[in-house]
Amino acid sequence: MKREIPLAITAITGILIVVTFFIPHQPFGGIQQRLLFWYSIVLGFTYLLGINSLVGSHLKKVQARHSGWESSIILLGGFLITLVTGIVSWIQFGTPFLLGSSFMYVYTYMIIPLQATMFALLSFFIASAAYRAFRARTFEATLLLIAAAIVMIGRVPIGAKIWSGLPVIADWIMDIPQMAAKRGIFLGVALGSIAMSLRVIIGLERTYLS
Amino acid sequence: MELFKRLGTIDRRIIYLLVALVVIIPLLLRLVLPIRISEPVRRAYEAVDRLPPGAVVIVSIDYDAASEPELQPQLLAMLRHCFSKDLKVILTGHWALGLPLGEIGLNQIAREFKEKKYGIDYVNLGYRPGYRALMVGIGREIRDFFATDYRGVSLDSLPLTRPIHNYNDIDLLISLSAGQAGDEWIQFAGARYGLKIMIGSTGVVAPDMFHYLQAEQIEGIVGGLQGAAEYETLVKHAGTATRGMTAQSTAHILIILFIVLGNIGYFVMRRRK
Amino acid sequence: MLTIIGIWLAAGLTIAIFSFLYKDNPLYKFAEHLYVGVSAAFSIIYVWAFDVWPMLVDRFRTERGVEKWILIVPALFGLIMLSRWIPKISWLSRWAIALTVGIAAGLGIIGQIQGILIPQIQGTMLPLTTINNVILVVGVLASLFYFYFSLEHKGVLKGGARVGIIFIMIAFGASFGYTVMARISLLIGRLSFLLRDWLHLIR
Repeated sequence: MKREIPLAITAITGILIVVTFFIPHQPFGGIQQRLLFWYSIVLGFTYLLGINSLVGSHLKKVQARHSGWESSIILLGGFLITLVTGIVSWIQFGTPFLLGSSFMYVYTYMIIPLQATMFALLSFFIASAAYRAFRARTFEATLLLIAAAIVMIGRVPIGAKIWSGLPVIADWIMDIPQMAAKRGIFLGVALGSIAMSLRVIIGLERTYLS
Repeated sequence: MELFKRLGTIDRRIIYLLVALVVIIPLLLRLVLPIRISEPVRRAYEAVDRLPPGAVVIVSIDYDAASEPELQPQLLAMLRHCFSKDLKVILTGHWALGLPLGEIGLNQIAREFKEKKYGIDYVNLGYRPGYRALMVGIGREIRDFFATDYRGVSLDSLPLTRPIHNYNDIDLLISLSAGQAGDEWIQFAGARYGLKIMIGSTGVVAPDMFHYLQAEQIEGIVGGLQGAAEYETLVKHAGTATRGMTAQSTAHILIILFIVLGNIGYFVMRRRK
Repeated sequence: MLTIIGIWLAAGLTIAIFSFLYKDNPLYKFAEHLYVGVSAAFSIIYVWAFDVWPMLVDRFRTERGVEKWILIVPALFGLIMLSRWIPKISWLSRWAIALTVGIAAGLGIIGQIQGILIPQIQGTMLPLTTINNVILVVGVLASLFYFYFSLEHKGVLKGGARVGIIFIMIAFGASFGYTVMARISLLIGRLSFLLRDWLHLIR
């Protein structure tokens, strides 16, 4: 019951979706559309899964005064303020997403700078890595390094200023050898993904049930 | 020899400082370099440019603030292009944390084109979870997923969306993608329903799009801040991307210098050993 | 006024995150935890506003007959997904997971065949009349060889795989170049914000 029903659900839904591709008319077309609609709804709920454990663990941390509990208060405070502004904006404007609402204020002046800066840090780390770790140790590594350098300089305006041929070579690398290798890789990924999907549908692959 | 030893143990914070400086100085000096147009961007531009007035374009916000500096300038330049060509824009997206960026961009450009009205010239559908399921489902009927726009107004009461039911009523889809969404649009809307797709992407994603372009599965690629600067040049409206490209150039030169210096040090030390 | 406060707040948070570059410190910890908390709450509002409300609640109010009552099925699947919160009945969530996995797998098979395999193979079937076409075809085949592990890489396969690694390294190099470009762009974005919106030093 705990394993058989989920396996049956996966097999039936998977097969139905594949069959509908070949027989799109009724009843299959309608069933597929309903399944896709359900999928969209259920997927939304998965976003909520992590939040319970996140809030729960930080609440416990604060209650037990574990090390770093002050940071947990900040997390919970940010969580609460955003939630309240979301609900208030919704009641006030009929949607929390109207520009000018307090919810969008939190988005514009807190989420955007925090998220964008978090990722901007990577620019420093990649520069540091380029200096410390990017070595032409082997023939393959040298190839990688040369291709990277040509693309890096050829794809920005100063490349053409240095030598007009640089952007042309960079474009060629992107259009021909780079593209060919990526195509090979993605064809391999596609074959693997098809095999994996088939294994899931016929019940050979069950790791998602654990 | 001592110099290379010392260079090898240089404090990472000095590297960080140099990176910050080579970006800040060109920005402060407002240096602008001429932008060369690459073929993938020209093709992307032409895909929009050849649409007749009144054609409907879906713009999918498949990124969030983490890629905002790269993709927001693309969005602005493309919206400017669409509105100047009198194209109708429908906004949606698959990245929950990013969709407000689309709304911010849409409002900014709509203000520039004062005659453009919400519901007639542009609509924001909002977001639904489900990626590929949504893409396949919209091919049959958009209302099955989006009965209303993001404010809860029925699609049937908005002049722009009233006659739109599925991809047959859409002339082009622009996916501004920082991840998998672009691939999924191509596989589930492009391949399955023949929807014309143009990709705007981050620098990280862009190299993984070229095989689609060669196979004519997409109309064009606008990749990263450089792509955005090229599009800005084509629509003749220099924005943050064009202004940022000199800093981008100097930073790239610094990183190549780092690689060269690091390697010289490595080979000198290796020979010594 | 609110905008000015907002810009100062955003600038403060930007600097707080950047302070990590010097060393890990309380200011960074503050910003980091704030980000996690704020984003988590944002997701809740999002799911409610764009999923549960329009697709379940609103439809339940407007639909009639079978279309109305059948909405109980996805609502139940959604709720049992949350059963993971209660260890005793967490096994129930497998039903909801099975539904999403089954649909995603079914869609995946078609998507990969129709969206990748067929068009990408078609795109490779080029007349070998130009050097670029030859390089392209050789590159695709050699890259495929490299990832073919069912046979030992000997003879022709070894040669093919060797050519494949050359193409793959060029591709990885190009991707690295583009990744550097992307990361620097993010920094340009944040520094432009500080210099333009906060300090008004640039336009």
